Amino acid sequence: MTVVWGIVGMLVGVWIAAELLWPQLNMDIPWLTYSRLRPLHTNAVIFAFGGSALFATSYWCVQRTCRAPLFLPWLANFTFWGWNLVIVLAAVTLPFGITQGKEYAELEWPIDILIAIVWVAYAVVFFGTIAKRTVSHIYVANWFFGAFILAVALLHIVNSAAIPVSLFKSYSAYSGATDAMVQWWYGHNAVGFFLTAGFLGMMYYFVPKQVGKPIYSYRLSIVHFWALIAVYMWAGPHHLHYTALPDWVQSLGMVFSLILLAPSWGGMINGMMTLSGAWHKLRDDPIVKFLIVSLSFYGMSTFEGPMMSIKTVNALSHYTDWGIGHVHSGALGWVAMISIGSIYALLPRAFGKPQMYSVKAINLHFWLSTVGTVLYITAMWSAGLMQGLMWRATEADGTLTYSFIESLKATYPFYAVRLAGGLVFFSGMLVMAWNCWRTLASPTPESMPQAAEVRA
Amino acid sequence: MKHELIEKNVMLLAALTAVAISFGGLVEIIPLMNDKTATTPAPGLHMRTPLEVAGRDVYVREGCYGCHSQMVRSLGEEVLRYGPASQAGESVYDHPFQWGSKRTGPDLARIGGRYSDEWHKIHLNNPRDVVPESNMPGYPWLAKQQFEPGEVPAMMRALKRVGVPFDDAEIAKADDEVAGKSKMDALIAFLQTLKAPQPAPAVAGGGPAKTESTP
Repeated sequence: MTVVWGIVGMLVGVWIAAELLWPQLNMDIPWLTYSRLRPLHTNAVIFAFGGSALFATSYWCVQRTCRAPLFLPWLANFTFWGWNLVIVLAAVTLPFGITQGKEYAELEWPIDILIAIVWVAYAVVFFGTIAKRTVSHIYVANWFFGAFILAVALLHIVNSAAIPVSLFKSYSAYSGATDAMVQWWYGHNAVGFFLTAGFLGMMYYFVPKQVGKPIYSYRLSIVHFWALIAVYMWAGPHHLHYTALPDWVQSLGMVFSLILLAPSWGGMINGMMTLSGAWHKLRDDPIVKFLIVSLSFYGMSTFEGPMMSIKTVNALSHYTDWGIGHVHSGALGWVAMISIGSIYALLPRAFGKPQMYSVKAINLHFWLSTVGTVLYITAMWSAGLMQGLMWRATEADGTLTYSFIESLKATYPFYAVRLAGGLVFFSGMLVMAWNCWRTLASPTPESMPQAAEVRA
Repeated sequence: MKHELIEKNVMLLAALTAVAISFGGLVEIIPLMNDKTATTPAPGLHMRTPLEVAGRDVYVREGCYGCHSQMVRSLGEEVLRYGPASQAGESVYDHPFQWGSKRTGPDLARIGGRYSDEWHKIHLNNPRDVVPESNMPGYPWLAKQQFEPGEVPAMMRALKRVGVPFDDAEIAKADDEVAGKSKMDALIAFLQTLKAPQPAPAVAGGGPAKTESTP
């Protein structure tokens, strides 16, 4: 389902990228309009694609590293059906404008309650499995998955607090500036825990596994785990620099965002250096390519992020397409690539196949993903920088040089490049879908031991 | 090494993780709920009429916040382009806030009164009729939709429960006020309210209203 939702989410992304170029594409149909589909795109790629990948890999990893089958398998089944029901409900409600109007938390309150129930069940299964482990240590990957599960529960419940008007409508319990702070505390940590801690868990299992070497530094993983989860929670206010949010919160957010560089790079270094002594795998194994390039993008984004959180840089970058570029270097480069690599590693093992049907296709997918991501982010960086500079340009007499619409006009060529990048990345996902389908359809060799069934 | 203790005890690991992730939110959010600059309405802050309340809902439903901010940052060029910088007190009645995070279109915090209702009607119907280079979608269906009886009073009652001080008499009149009005009328009425609050002239002894300083 990860692959399916990935394709759906990215297709919506490509579609809305095209709408920004050709606004008539909505054909004046409400549910095909950019502003209604944009939340569907973000929810689909984060929670449907990212979420499914996290469920699958965390269940897979926790069973193997704890040497124990899942606690309450029926409950794990419930999380699968529950989560997919959430996704379907999101896909139905968002295009109809049923929204709470808070980014990445648009889903209305009945769906929010369902999410909370599924999430508690997830926590029970995950921590229950750890509790009945037959080895004494809890493996590093599980710390990250565990922190991700706990933090997302906290963030979701606090940020979604609302008073219902009807089944389809509610108002946030927080007002104005407080609502903004709660939202970006949630929003930034949706990145920090959903898209980082969870995927670092994935990294800590699949990188050493695929490379065939132990993790580079155990001590580093301890230090960067605690630093990462403690510091991330403070970084939210950098989304609100120079706004009406009181200054002390903004400064606090900026300081912690800068500190965050250290634990983030701790994770990247730990992953990359695991390869030392086995660098040749980067040449031979396209799955390792995916994993390691994703770590490079992770390192780049987590360097860029703290830089953008500096108030003077933020004054230029905020509200522009630079932010979109930053998000996608994380989302396409890090989150999608590490998921893709992990799924290629997991899928054949889960279904008792010797390997993926076509290794060549993995290689092709790798290049499509990389080229797509690079096209996308360079277009958005350039566009963002240009917009920021045009918006602040003044004449000698103190008047503004450009009208707003001039900056939009100048952005169109970049939107075209972005669309092309998105299409290239998307085509890679189609290659992946074909490869996965062929792998599942190939005959299972008798000699392969049947692994426990895990949904991917 | 002592860390081994945590690695072997799932309850301890979960508890310490919960502690580690709690501080940020506690320090940044709780004080804000008691911070007067964030919770006191700005002087002269406009109380929305039922039609404007309904219009704000249209704004949220259509997802305008994906491309428009409502937040003039305290930067010289923003004040020059849009108007006085936004203050926290302006958003006190906003549930949810709509400050936005991306400007594919311009900021709207000071859009009120800049264009006529007629201009907005043409623009919302098909933006390219008035701004040829625009990439904003058209929203022609808004002109054809109206509010159900009881819909707007329910919105106002819920907003009152989260702290917006509507009086009951006004809620009672809400249905009559939006009767016959389209969702586009409501949205335009809301857009026209987006401007810097106008403090009432100071009474004798009071100092002049604080004006925006431009950095």
